[in-house]
Amino acid sequence: MGDSAYIPSAASAVPAAAQTKTASSRHSALVRITHWIAALCFLALLVSGVEILISHPRFYWGEVGNDLTPTLFKLPIPASRKLVPTGYGYVLPDANGWSRYLHFQAAWVVVFTGLLYAIFGLLTGHFRKNLIPGRADLSWRALSRSIADHLRFERPSEAEAWSYNVLQRLSYLFVIFVLFPLVIWTGLAMSPAFVSAFPATVNVLGGQQSARTLHFFVSLALVLFLLVHVGMVWFAGFWSRMRAMITGRADTPSTATTAGTTMERI
Amino acid sequence: MSKISRRKLITTGLAATAGLAGVGAAAQLAQKYGLIPPDHGGIWGLGETLTYASQRLLTRHSLAREFSRSQISKRPFPNEVEPPTDEFKRLQAGRFADWRLSVNGMVARPASFSIDQIKSYPSHTQITMLQCEEGWSYIAEWTGVPLSHVLDVVGVLPQARYVVYFSIEPDTWESIDMADALHPQTLLTYGMNGDELPVGHGGPLRLRLPRQVGYKNVKFLTHLTVTDNLKTFGKGLGSAAPEGGYAWYAGI
Repeated sequence: MGDSAYIPSAASAVPAAAQTKTASSRHSALVRITHWIAALCFLALLVSGVEILISHPRFYWGEVGNDLTPTLFKLPIPASRKLVPTGYGYVLPDANGWSRYLHFQAAWVVVFTGLLYAIFGLLTGHFRKNLIPGRADLSWRALSRSIADHLRFERPSEAEAWSYNVLQRLSYLFVIFVLFPLVIWTGLAMSPAFVSAFPATVNVLGGQQSARTLHFFVSLALVLFLLVHVGMVWFAGFWSRMRAMITGRADTPSTATTAGTTMERI
Repeated sequence: MSKISRRKLITTGLAATAGLAGVGAAAQLAQKYGLIPPDHGGIWGLGETLTYASQRLLTRHSLAREFSRSQISKRPFPNEVEPPTDEFKRLQAGRFADWRLSVNGMVARPASFSIDQIKSYPSHTQITMLQCEEGWSYIAEWTGVPLSHVLDVVGVLPQARYVVYFSIEPDTWESIDMADALHPQTLLTYGMNGDELPVGHGGPLRLRLPRQVGYKNVKFLTHLTVTDNLKTFGKGLGSAAPEGGYAWYAGI
């Protein structure tokens, strides 16, 4: 992506002097810490979620469903319960005990981490400055150019070591404000105690089994995001991006990069 | 930049202080109001305590969803049970006439009830969902006596905090706090879908607890003990579930 193609959204908010600072300023400490706690929790939720899923790899729509009822669809995998008709001649070991403990514990940690991040993001202007795209970036021309650049697998410019491009911003916003709330909601809608206090949370989803099926699809969307996210980090330069998210440091932008544009940072 | 750093430092400091103070205050309150589950020790204690405490606060009096007659599952899934013991077979041969539910512990009048005696109390019928922690579920109409009624009959002492309940199946026992024990939908269940409770579903007597998942709904009930301390039962984790690696509280 050429420098001219990218017009940072909140450029005027950052004083020019900020550009001379290079150390520990690509990602703030709070962004880095919450990112890695969330990453760890996501891994725990994924592993434990898969373990819980294989005790009943069948999906239904509506309120109820079990081994005696038709499915919406089923996954062609063996199960950890012998009564599930999978077609496999063997049963996997039961892992639901620790998986459920781990799933809910990781969920609590990631929810608190997410709340801390959201409060921080609002107070410091992190969302406004770093994630919400500028109006110019949302024009059809800018968007289609960014999409085309991605489809051509063009290497990101140096500016992108310091600022997210528009597709990145939209993806992160979608994950943070759509997928995360949805996965929490559909998860809670499966809890018999939670829905006794808030029945609407499951009723509007079409029932408890619908909530479970939706939870599965939202989780799939999150896994897809993770794969693309890690793939893009690899493509952009794995170690430089990892260093930025671990230490906060990124390569100093060259003068050529900074000349015409203003990069923002926290 | 220094201004921003300072502001950030103050914000982070305030957030951290508020967080720590919050955790401290919450722990105090949790102790005071009995919001700490018996399996709070060990590496899963944080998540379990947060789940139990928050759900107990939110759901102390809330009612599980009830469904219409048309939503009753035509094919309720009975799940597997252990092969019946000789004692169970003997009682089954006698059509459960000799089946007894004994109640003791922190009660004024320990007692033992036959199924007929339990059926003579005012019955309650409800159409609720049974959902298993594995992910499957069904809806049925359940008939029984609210556990709270039997607890009234035996006279529960005011210091009681938990009801421990045992199955005729070996090593099958669970416990619930008084909020669940006295909850109007917690039923000593003997009927299902207008008929006797089938053996596959826990007949002649099963504890139905629609706000917790399947494994807390113990089949083949024979004994209840009212207590203020779960430490003296089994390994002290509250019930058989945590001894087998599953959470004591199963509202989620």
